[in-house]
Amino acid sequence: MRWKKAEYSGWGRVLKATGSRARPEKVSALRDLIKAGAAPALGNLRSYGDACLNTDGKAIDMTRLDRFIEFDENTGILHAEAGVTIGTIARLFAPRGWFPTVMPGTGFATLGGCIANDVHGKNHHMHGSFGQHVRSISLLGANGRLRRVTPQDTPDLFAATLGGIGQTGIIVSAGIQLARCPSEVMEVRERRSETLEEFMAMLESSTATYNVGWIDATAEGAELGRGILEEAEIKIQADPLPVAKARSISRDAPRFMLNPAVVRLFNRYYLRRVPPQGRTLDRSIADFFFPLDRISGWNRLYGKPGFHQFQCVVPDANAAIHLRKMLQAIGRSKLASPLAVLKRLGDGRAGLMSFPMRGYTLAVDFPNRAKAAALVQELEDIACDAGGRVYLAKDALSRAGRIARMYPELPEFTKIIKTTDPKGAFATDMVRRLQLRGKP
Amino acid sequence: MKQSWLILGASSAMARAFARRVSQNGDAIFLAGRDMDDLAASAADCRIRGADESAAIKFDARKPNGFKAIHDRMAALDGVLNVAVFVGSMPDQDDIDKDPSLIDGTVMDSFTGPAHFLQGFVPMMEQRGCGTVVGVGSVAGDRGRIGNYVYGAAKAGFHTYLSGLRNRLTKSGGHVVTVKPGFVDTGMTWGLDGMFLVASPDDVARDILKAVNKGRNTVYTPFFWRYIMLIIRHIPEFLFKKMSI
Repeated sequence: MRWKKAEYSGWGRVLKATGSRARPEKVSALRDLIKAGAAPALGNLRSYGDACLNTDGKAIDMTRLDRFIEFDENTGILHAEAGVTIGTIARLFAPRGWFPTVMPGTGFATLGGCIANDVHGKNHHMHGSFGQHVRSISLLGANGRLRRVTPQDTPDLFAATLGGIGQTGIIVSAGIQLARCPSEVMEVRERRSETLEEFMAMLESSTATYNVGWIDATAEGAELGRGILEEAEIKIQADPLPVAKARSISRDAPRFMLNPAVVRLFNRYYLRRVPPQGRTLDRSIADFFFPLDRISGWNRLYGKPGFHQFQCVVPDANAAIHLRKMLQAIGRSKLASPLAVLKRLGDGRAGLMSFPMRGYTLAVDFPNRAKAAALVQELEDIACDAGGRVYLAKDALSRAGRIARMYPELPEFTKIIKTTDPKGAFATDMVRRLQLRGKP
Repeated sequence: MKQSWLILGASSAMARAFARRVSQNGDAIFLAGRDMDDLAASAADCRIRGADESAAIKFDARKPNGFKAIHDRMAALDGVLNVAVFVGSMPDQDDIDKDPSLIDGTVMDSFTGPAHFLQGFVPMMEQRGCGTVVGVGSVAGDRGRIGNYVYGAAKAGFHTYLSGLRNRLTKSGGHVVTVKPGFVDTGMTWGLDGMFLVASPDDVARDILKAVNKGRNTVYTPFFWRYIMLIIRHIPEFLFKKMSI
């Protein structure tokens, strides 16, 4: 197997690594590689920071191990290789009445990546995290042996693998429970909120299966917290909608695109699209769940320096105070991009290092400018003091002590991965930066 | 009418992508190659993606003794028989320079093996008066270059063979599509230096299927390789021999 030595980066393009990657196309080739020396597995590089980087080391690109293995039309349990993407599963199975129970915001995330980050979707408050619908995992350990991991038979290893950013071994394949999907069309209701309190009350009282809020992160003063709440259900019966044309961004955008005045203007227009009394429209599954996937390479809109996505969750108690503090800091910084999301999360989480907790999650993109790192630190301080946490799949700036405070089950996780991978063969840049295996 | 596709060299990334696209049409898929475990996994994948039926078949381009069993198996199928040839091998030219016996295997994998197989296969197509042969060649076959002229020569031979086969099959209602891919992002090119304008295997598969449906004779994929190769073929030999592209 040939190794490709090159620079690569996560979705945020701020942190980069130079290292050798192999891309096996057969499971037997993967096993041979690991026998010669274990290395972390990578998917489609859609985590933003360095969870998917291994500087000066080796890594295994899993994207060509993407076959379906078995599907039971009666139970909806799908077994597939780890490199298959969530978007592919949705596209192929929705016409047959099934789709993934939980889908992240991009269809390009791989099955392995969704497990390794225990991702959540727009129905977290109803259906929990991705990992709660995983029935079994075929895990290739540092010793080269393949193990079947299930929540019943191997609960500790399962809990360390879900959200465990690949540290227990290589996720080769997995069985997941798909959900019924009566049509391929979502009925989406959009309503405007004028203040943060109103927004939170709307999210709190929403009974929709799927909901997500877009928030104008440039708004300040009386306008702070204004945004649009989208609530959606799958239609019981509907003909598929025509597929929108895909676009792509093939070069880095110039800097003025994210000038604060341009962003403010854009956000104002974006908000006003929705009339004051709200509106209801139909959208395809792909358009509703993966709105940005239509623009391939949208991360290039932030230009060559890349961007940070800050995502945190804060528990319900005093959530309004903490969110207000964060939005004030973001407004003052004039760094916000139009991409900002406010959403409710439920209790559901499947792993020791899973992100979700009951409360509100805020996600905002910032172009990588000099002030951005300090702003993200400030926001993280607020989240941490509120008893919340930041999302490892998005993180590029947190520090070891912080993560230990935000993830109380870290010691247990560390203990398990030190047993399953004593030499740290699966360690990545993130694991070293955040000392997830303990102090060096 | 029922369509069946026999895919030779089905473990390659391009063949896999092609098999998946064909599966979505609900056709019957027969995946032929050497690694039976891998082919069985791909066959299951094809079924889940919509193939009417799918199976793995043992095929080795260097072992013509096994060809007849495959011919017989395909003869037993109803409907339209189609075959797509993705086999081929490209050893490093430096390795060939050290060990010229590698030439034999390269030519067998990329040209004579598939040609031998097709000689026994096409009479069935002629008898039925329909069906398509897809032959995957390479832009490397359009002109011999310092970097891979043995592989290029084998593919050039295959192109010429396909052209003659097209001439023959047309008379009975069958068709032959010659496919000339440029750089494709496969295991063969992963990590090689000097790759540019690399296409995904699925883009290539989409182009091939389009060419089959439209009854095209020779297609370059991605399309712009037609123009790149047009230029390369027209560079006068007295200049070309001094270049290393």
